[in-house]
Amino acid sequence: MSDTFFSGAPHWTWLIILYFFVGGIAGGASFLAAVLDWFGGPEDRPVARSGYNVAAVGAIVSGALLTIDLGRPLRFWHMLFQSANLPAVMFKGWSPISFGAWAILAFGLFSVLAALGGMAEEGRLHNPTLRAVGGAVHGGLAKLVGAVAGLLGIFIAGYTGVLLSVTNRPIWADGPWLGALFLASGVSTGTAALILLGRRRGATEQALARLSAFDTKALVVELLVLVLFVASLGSLNKVWVSFWGLILLVGVVAFGILAPLWLHLQRRPVASAARLVLLGGFLLRLATIFASEGIERYRVTAGM
Amino acid sequence: MSEPMGFFTDTTVCIGCKACEVACKEWNQLPAENGGVRELSGDSYDNTRKLDGIHWRHVRFIEQFKGPYDGRWLMMSDVCKHCVQAGCLEVCPTGAIIRTQFDTVVIQSDVCNGCRACIAACPFGVIDINPVSGTAQKCTLCYDRLQVGLEPACSKACPTDSIQFGAIAELRTRAEKRVAQLKSQGVAAELYGASPTGPLGGLNSFYLLVDKPEVYGLPRHPELPTANLAKSGGLSMASAAVLGLLAIVGLRKRRMDEQGRGGPGNV
Ligand code: SF4
Ligand code: SF4
Repeated sequence: MSDTFFSGAPHWTWLIILYFFVGGIAGGASFLAAVLDWFGGPEDRPVARSGYNVAAVGAIVSGALLTIDLGRPLRFWHMLFQSANLPAVMFKGWSPISFGAWAILAFGLFSVLAALGGMAEEGRLHNPTLRAVGGAVHGGLAKLVGAVAGLLGIFIAGYTGVLLSVTNRPIWADGPWLGALFLASGVSTGTAALILLGRRRGATEQALARLSAFDTKALVVELLVLVLFVASLGSLNKVWVSFWGLILLVGVVAFGILAPLWLHLQRRPVASAARLVLLGGFLLRLATIFASEGIERYRVTAGM
Repeated sequence: MSEPMGFFTDTTVCIGCKACEVACKEWNQLPAENGGVRELSGDSYDNTRKLDGIHWRHVRFIEQFKGPYDGRWLMMSDVCKHCVQAGCLEVCPTGAIIRTQFDTVVIQSDVCNGCRACIAACPFGVIDINPVSGTAQKCTLCYDRLQVGLEPACSKACPTDSIQFGAIAELRTRAEKRVAQLKSQGVAAELYGASPTGPLGGLNSFYLLVDKPEVYGLPRHPELPTANLAKSGGLSMASAAVLGLLAIVGLRKRRMDEQGRGGPGNV
């Protein structure tokens, strides 16, 4: 038996699952937007703009979810500053939850700036202050802000899995692949979100087709990492003989990865595949979190 | 700085009276569970079942019975191990968890914001949320009593001296002697967490056991949560690099395709 079975479950449930899902999409979308800004053409700019919008909204929702989930929500700032020693900063580089708090703050800041830049470009800002800020973020500065938002985004997509590995809990701490898995899933769900949004935001058919071609590759990477993750658990895989194992196999692998891959190969309309990718991304978080949360502190049984 | 203080728990003399549990609850003013209506565990004479935010001591009953006349009871008063390398302290993002001058590990309830990272980080399942405070709580090794020269409430109450409080160095010598004594009587006694070179740099609450650690609900090789950090972080970066490359290459290639077809804007 793994030594992780003697630890206690942290009650990270629905709000955290939702955060992992939303944060992954926001991070992936922002990463993709930055890549499009730097390496794409001007016709990719509408997609990039909606990428930053997704990132900004996602970052704000993420912060809210994390705060509500705390036992003492009004003390959320204790993660950023030393509450008894102001204004000293609270930061532990080796604790994912600590550097994650700072990363979300920075990600929120840069993705909101990038989104404002995009909205100013579209002439959608009516508040004079916002218009001034958005107007300032253009040209070279906009690219720079976008790059920082993109790098922070890919970090946000992946650190959540690392956070789970840096515990002593079953499944999470029993293999090193969860960070890579969540990162790949963040990128694939972020791309899916952009495909769905891009259609409404005037993205060209070609742009959408390219996004979906990239999503195919991201899904293949995700599937590979998922196989490695499961393989790394070894004999512990018996925990998947459960409802959560069914969700992982049917919901994540079949509906969330294989079905969209098949749809892509069949050159079906990209939206249906994108919806399945989003569903799969959510179920991945659901299954990996609840499978571990459900394992009670190991109980001593008679006759051992 | 005082010298490191802690507990040595000799499980062979524990009679399962739970005086330590009660003394702990009284001194630390911990609330009753379920409004005082106790649910029976149904599969054991032990109804506390686990350590959590309102049970900082738990007397574990290990009922090893093969038949009505063939078996034994093992009893162990479980508590926070006050690890020399403490996983909870390592990850706590608010700095609520501190190491005291007695080398014990204490959660400051006015700093904790209830993020629960420490719960998942502790290899022993010691910490949980106290629903009254909304913060993570566990044994403080009676930090308030220690500061005024009193011994912790639990060891004070223990009628058989199964829980012994003192300076770690002195407790270790005492524990070695007890192991030798038991071994000379043919009992397979072993210390758990007594060695400063062992897992987590030693536990400032260590045990004398007469069966495998797992039987007592203790992990054989407890580790710090950050043991996974480098590998997990490295693999994440590698997958980020692969996906980044795929994204960039995909888009670059497209540009060249378009140039081949007459340049951008012609699509
Ligand atoms: S036993 Fe758990 S709660 Fe106690 S110091 Fe060690 S890691 Fe922290
Ligand atoms: S729950 Fe409190 S003590 Fe535990 S890690 Fe979070 S802030 Fe620290």
